[in-house]
Amino acid sequence: MSTANQPPSRPAQRIQYAFTEEQEQFRSTLRRFLEDKSPPTEVRRLMATAEGYDPAVWRQLSEHLGLPGIHLPQEYGGAGFGMVELGIVTEELGRALLCAPFFSTAVLAANAIMNAATEEQKAALLPDLAAGAHLAALALTELDGNWDPDAIQFRASASGGGYVLDGTKSYVVDGHIANLLVVAARLAGDKVALFTTPSDGGGITRELLQSMDPTRKLARIDFKSARAQLLGGEDGRAALGRTLDQAAVALANEMVGGAQKLLESAVSYAKMRVQFGRPIGSFQAIKHKLADMLVDVELAKSAAYYAAQAAAVEDPEWPALASMAKAAASDAYVRTAAETIQIHGGIGFTWDNDTHLWFKRAKSSEVFLGQPNYHRELLMQRWEV
Amino acid sequence: MSKISEAEVRAEVRQWLAENWNTNLSLLEWRNKLADSGWGMPQWPKEWYGRGLPVALVRVVEEEFAAAGAVGVLRGGIGRLAAAVLLEHGTDYQKKKFLRRIITAEDTWCQLFSEPGSGSDLAGATTRADFDGTNWIINGQKVWTTSAHHAKYGTLLARTDWDAPKHEGLTYFILDLKQPGVEVRPLRQMNGHASFNQVFFTDAKVPPEHLVSTVGNGWQVAVTTLAFERRFADGTGAPSRRGPREGRIYEEERAETATVMEPYKWYPQRAGRVDLVIERAKETGANRDPNVRQEIARLMTLARSAEWTARRARAAQRQGKPQGPEGSLGKLAASHIARAAARVHTMITGTAAMLTGTDSPRGGTIAEILVSVPAVSIAGGTDEIQRNIIAERVLDLPKEPRFDTGPFRNVRRN
Ligand SMILES: Cc1cc2nc3c(=O)[nH]c(=O)nc-3n(C[C@H](O)[C@H](O)[C@H](O)COP(=O)(O)OP(=O)(O)OC[C@H]3O[C@@H](n4cnc5c(N)ncnc54)[C@H](O)[C@@H]3O)c2cc1C
Repeated sequence: MSTANQPPSRPAQRIQYAFTEEQEQFRSTLRRFLEDKSPPTEVRRLMATAEGYDPAVWRQLSEHLGLPGIHLPQEYGGAGFGMVELGIVTEELGRALLCAPFFSTAVLAANAIMNAATEEQKAALLPDLAAGAHLAALALTELDGNWDPDAIQFRASASGGGYVLDGTKSYVVDGHIANLLVVAARLAGDKVALFTTPSDGGGITRELLQSMDPTRKLARIDFKSARAQLLGGEDGRAALGRTLDQAAVALANEMVGGAQKLLESAVSYAKMRVQFGRPIGSFQAIKHKLADMLVDVELAKSAAYYAAQAAAVEDPEWPALASMAKAAASDAYVRTAAETIQIHGGIGFTWDNDTHLWFKRAKSSEVFLGQPNYHRELLMQRWEV
Repeated sequence: MSKISEAEVRAEVRQWLAENWNTNLSLLEWRNKLADSGWGMPQWPKEWYGRGLPVALVRVVEEEFAAAGAVGVLRGGIGRLAAAVLLEHGTDYQKKKFLRRIITAEDTWCQLFSEPGSGSDLAGATTRADFDGTNWIINGQKVWTTSAHHAKYGTLLARTDWDAPKHEGLTYFILDLKQPGVEVRPLRQMNGHASFNQVFFTDAKVPPEHLVSTVGNGWQVAVTTLAFERRFADGTGAPSRRGPREGRIYEEERAETATVMEPYKWYPQRAGRVDLVIERAKETGANRDPNVRQEIARLMTLARSAEWTARRARAAQRQGKPQGPEGSLGKLAASHIARAAARVHTMITGTAAMLTGTDSPRGGTIAEILVSVPAVSIAGGTDEIQRNIIAERVLDLPKEPRFDTGPFRNVRRN
């Protein structure tokens, strides 16, 4: 599984509670790669740049590991795996806090194209994304920061046999570097549809926002009669919804990867740091906190893994479980991050200590794609409570 | 051992049930068949009433029993724990004498561990056992002993050496409760039930062949029991039962449940009855309250995540992987779930949560949840002890400083 263009040996037919040997191997290959390419020093270097990623590393992870197309069908240049493998990738990227346009390109934009586009469009757009040659972003949220597709106000209108886009999108992850924008807009008659447009086309102005989490870059994009192509049909609501549910699953896995990393760092600090003549990890207040963190992280992992498995086999419950996993992982990650700082004491509050890098990622992930409360409400609706 | 597949087991058990299951048998006749065939406890060794099946395949057998409507061995109860200990540490004499009657449920068991002075700190037991040349003579007191009022036998932890360090002076016995030197007094719990007891020993006797393992090795044996107990506490229930369940054997099973399982009838409530939450929210209209919806979602997330975590642990075990952290946290997760469920049931029930018994919703079930949940985080090892275990054994954090070393005689105690 470590190279692209190799078919899945056995497509998952039902939910598995353990990763296969192949998947574990893939994970460790990936982890080694990331430990090498994305140590905290690199994270710090890249997060301070405007682009926010290293094109050489992006090329390597695309060409050698086939990551951007891991979940895309082989006919479009992907590796032909599914949501479980995508989850493994995002979990490892979250652990390493890799600065790269993966979530924007592979998770949001590529899935949106997979879900909405015609065959022809897929064949035209996906291979470049799978190969890492193009970067893409999904422009969904507007100035109000609402993640609900039904709240979209941004307009698209038919014009001269095509469409034009008008309005402002914001919180667009990697919107400042994407070559291709996938834009969600409302048509006359109120349907929500998806459009694509090259980001350097006329009528598009992009501005990099100052993001609290510097490892996740955000852009505001203004469209003034910008020409765009309709992706698939005029009713793109279902495709967009599916894309967001897949993204919630991927993000949940990314978050548990980060939370696990923090837990490990808190445990090792607790073993090393001595106060009152004993390691702080021998104080029950600290031990019990760490035990609670472990429970928190393991439960969130279970939710994230299960959601990925359920999505992979198209279990009818999976969209509900996507929301469940997103909410669970958000809460666990934020709590773990706060407690990891607490266990580090004063040093945990410094810029030089790495904990804040993950803390900020936890914070941005908490609200990215919708807050935990929003997802819990979605869960209740999807279960028809 | 040759590998046996899920399909093979399924076919075998199905055929055996087709040939043997009969609702007109008496419960005892049927349980004897289970013991003879090994289908009652398929994970036990072949020579001891089992079939030597990997634990991972037991589920398959349970599913087939459920599908056929067949009665299994008694679920829950201390007999299962005692059996696990005997399989690991018992003599052939002990296995022969006790295991079969655990399967048939002719004997009920209890666990004589906790004492007024030592609960979490079980190794601090002060109930004494002295050998008089013929028998071990037991004196002292146990407490919180679930089922002692029904039990024929108890697994007893008693001190045989007061000069040895605390953990080295204990011995594990099987005690017959039906003897003059044993007095069982029921203890009423905060939920009104009396499923646990005080047990007093005044020169009670244990024959030497009922000593498990060796003198002074009681702590090691007790640790086996506790590990099984925590594993059983991860909240995975029996498969659902289908069909009308009419016939002699079902009646006898119901009678058994009503008596032997009487101490456990509130146990589903102490786990929080997560299964009732959505139903109750809909029937009360509380499902329209956004705060309640949030809390329900949180609770269900916790409950489902814990269930998946237990399955992850089993799947890893099936793959032959060393136990990961996911195997150690079920008991703590069960406490969180129970407490969260009690909170949500209260939100849903509102003012009627002030009532109990037949005046309260669902014939008292909701009230019983609220006053039973506090047991979950105490029984079988408190939450704090679980956290210590996770911190020290899973996360490998330093041990507590100790103040109980040296001869037990000199250790400070209650
Ligand atoms: C419903 C129910 C059924 C039971 N059934 C049985 C049974 O069948 N057989 C049997 O033998 N026992 C049984 N018990 C007893 C149970 O195992 C004990 O109550 C339990 O282990 C706690 O011991 P304790 O009551 O002595 O409390 P203690 O050990 O005195 O604990 C009091 C408090 O101190 C805390 N504490 C103690 N030690 C530590 C530590 N090292 N670090 C941090 N905190 C600590 C505890 O967590 C607790 O909060 C049952 C209990 C209940 C509630």
